[in-house]
Amino acid sequence: MALIKEKVGIVSCSGEEIPEGTISRIATRLVLEKLRPYETVTICLPLFLAGGEGERTFAKLFPTITLDGCEKRCAEIGTSKYSGKPFATIVITDILKQCPVVNLKSRDEPSVDEFKFAEKVAKEIAKKVDEALGRQEDTNQK
Amino acid sequence: MPENKYVFVIPCSGIGKSLGTVSRKAAYKVVEELRPKYTTITCLALLTVGDEETLKKVKEHPCISIDGCPSKCAQKNVLASNGRLMKSLLVTETLRNHRDVKPEGIIELNPEGCKLANLVAEDVAKAVDEVIEGEG
Repeated sequence: MALIKEKVGIVSCSGEEIPEGTISRIATRLVLEKLRPYETVTICLPLFLAGGEGERTFAKLFPTITLDGCEKRCAEIGTSKYSGKPFATIVITDILKQCPVVNLKSRDEPSVDEFKFAEKVAKEIAKKVDEALGRQEDTNQK
Repeated sequence: MPENKYVFVIPCSGIGKSLGTVSRKAAYKVVEELRPKYTTITCLALLTVGDEETLKKVKEHPCISIDGCPSKCAQKNVLASNGRLMKSLLVTETLRNHRDVKPEGIIELNPEGCKLANLVAEDVAKAVDEVIEGEG
């Protein structure tokens, strides 16, 4: 298997206050663990401020995709402030507008429907990862 | 505790390790079950980006941070925001006292991880009680 040298950083908002934050977190992990495990890493957003020089440097050198639960866009703002402009930005509430039947309620234990929605978000992130790496859509990885 | 005063419970977001999820789950246990009347939660990332409204709140209200690892992002973000940090808890400290517990999973914690979250939540609840008593 060829080594994959390119990496994309996924920066998720922490979003403890709202269910959208939990969806953001789950979707990020799904990309890291299942959809694009060899191509992605995650960066703890609060580490940008807490002195994570490695995180700041990584986000300067490699493309990043930010994932935010709400319009406050902490991940996008934090990444831009401490490192550089993200390659792509995703906001959960924007995707929610396309899925009016989804009703997010739980911050702690997502329901089956909420988890399915997180999977949908994860697929959106994976598409952006492929774009960041200059790849055509790879149906084998879907 | 004066009216309109509450304690902010602020967990780290720790998305790379099980202990980050333990921290988050412990915070929910406190604000939703153990001490819902006296506590609330806020997004740590709002402090990271310097959200004015959140900065004002953490300066006015007592805060308790919960960190999953020694990087102590929650504690450092509250301190950098000049928040009223009254107590700082570290999940690894609780784990040290319960070496038989083996937390695993990030999206979903295993039962041992949930057990650890409950233990941490009990420590946080005690810290909340101390803060409330101190605030009069």
